[in-house]
Amino acid sequence: MKLGVLFSGGKDSAYAAWLAKKEGYKIGCLITIVSENKESYMFHTPFIDKVALQAKEMEIPLIIVKTKGEKEHELVDLEKAIKLAIKKYKINGVVTGAIESVYQATRVQKICNQLKIECFNPLWQKNALEHWNDLIKNKFKVILVSVAADGLDTKWIGKEIDSKGLDELTKLSNKYKFHLAFEGGEAETFVVNSPMFNKEVKI
Amino acid sequence: MILVINICNERLHYLEFVKPICDILDNNNQKYFVKSYDEVSKTTLDKCNKVIICGTSLFDNEFTKYLDKFNWILNFNKPILGICGGMQIIGLVFGGKIRKMTEIGFYSEYFDRDFLGLSEKCEVYHLHNNYVDFSKLAFNIFCGNEFRTSHSDLGYLGKKISKSKCSQAVKHKEKEIYCVLFHPEVRQKELFLNFLSK
Repeated sequence: MKLGVLFSGGKDSAYAAWLAKKEGYKIGCLITIVSENKESYMFHTPFIDKVALQAKEMEIPLIIVKTKGEKEHELVDLEKAIKLAIKKYKINGVVTGAIESVYQATRVQKICNQLKIECFNPLWQKNALEHWNDLIKNKFKVILVSVAADGLDTKWIGKEIDSKGLDELTKLSNKYKFHLAFEGGEAETFVVNSPMFNKEVKI
Repeated sequence: MILVINICNERLHYLEFVKPICDILDNNNQKYFVKSYDEVSKTTLDKCNKVIICGTSLFDNEFTKYLDKFNWILNFNKPILGICGGMQIIGLVFGGKIRKMTEIGFYSEYFDRDFLGLSEKCEVYHLHNNYVDFSKLAFNIFCGNEFRTSHSDLGYLGKKISKSKCSQAVKHKEKEIYCVLFHPEVRQKELFLNFLSK
């Protein structure tokens, strides 16, 4: 089965792509939605313009579709992007990095169901600490590119989350009660290197 | 020992439909083992004291071609919990028929009496294109099938209307066989613990 990955450049979609590849699926393309609305419920990716660099290092074609990011209308743009991926790269399914967000997962499931293609959410309901440990163990180099939660100040921006960083992050998450995987938008991440990259992305 | 049965046709769906249930069992120090439905043997069934049949994706109906692999359910006397596709399998084995109904996302459902800890109004996560109607099978319906009609003599309970025409939560009239069409691993994790206490 050939899959398209809804790809933001962050830890979740990058790891979901790797899991799909590891399980023997062919990744036909990455699908990135660039939203003009920074408050979008579906797509919020501050480093979205750097996704092309990641796609190049992964040697996977990239489809970029722009959206104004208006609630629900942005789903029409997502559907257009998936339709384009089906037509151009003959994908039979879509992979997402959804962990807890029923809002996001439901909307992608509905689009895939309408288009009669499979939908895969390999991180669904995954424990946040387990997810971070898997990222580190599997040599994903993840940095924070924005922060928006009590306990996370600007010194975290650009910082790589390695074992030491994760310990610190876990303590802050427990103290300030933010979601360790940032499911509430507490921070955004960017993957600068992964087992799927030829070399590290310089930003 | 709990037997967790994987019915997913696609390997990657294991992480979405089976692993979350294994995580709940792990977090509650429960011993379990996972088998694909085509690997279930008499030895496997003898080894376990409870069975959970997990769900699968919206388009994955491959299991319906191999229903003979589930005939053991008819003569099995240990507790079983069927989730979504697992519920459909149990319904089909007991003589039900597949019907079409797509429900994706959160829905409010009403339970007319306690079902593994769920009662009254609950928001549950649906992900199905099909269901099996249990209303004519040897099962009691706790949620779904517009129970106001069938339970109009139940006083205040009869005032609550299940929005769903599907059988959403059922239990066999004589055996400890429980089925839910929704996915309790998303928001009703306690349901598994109540099942395990049976």
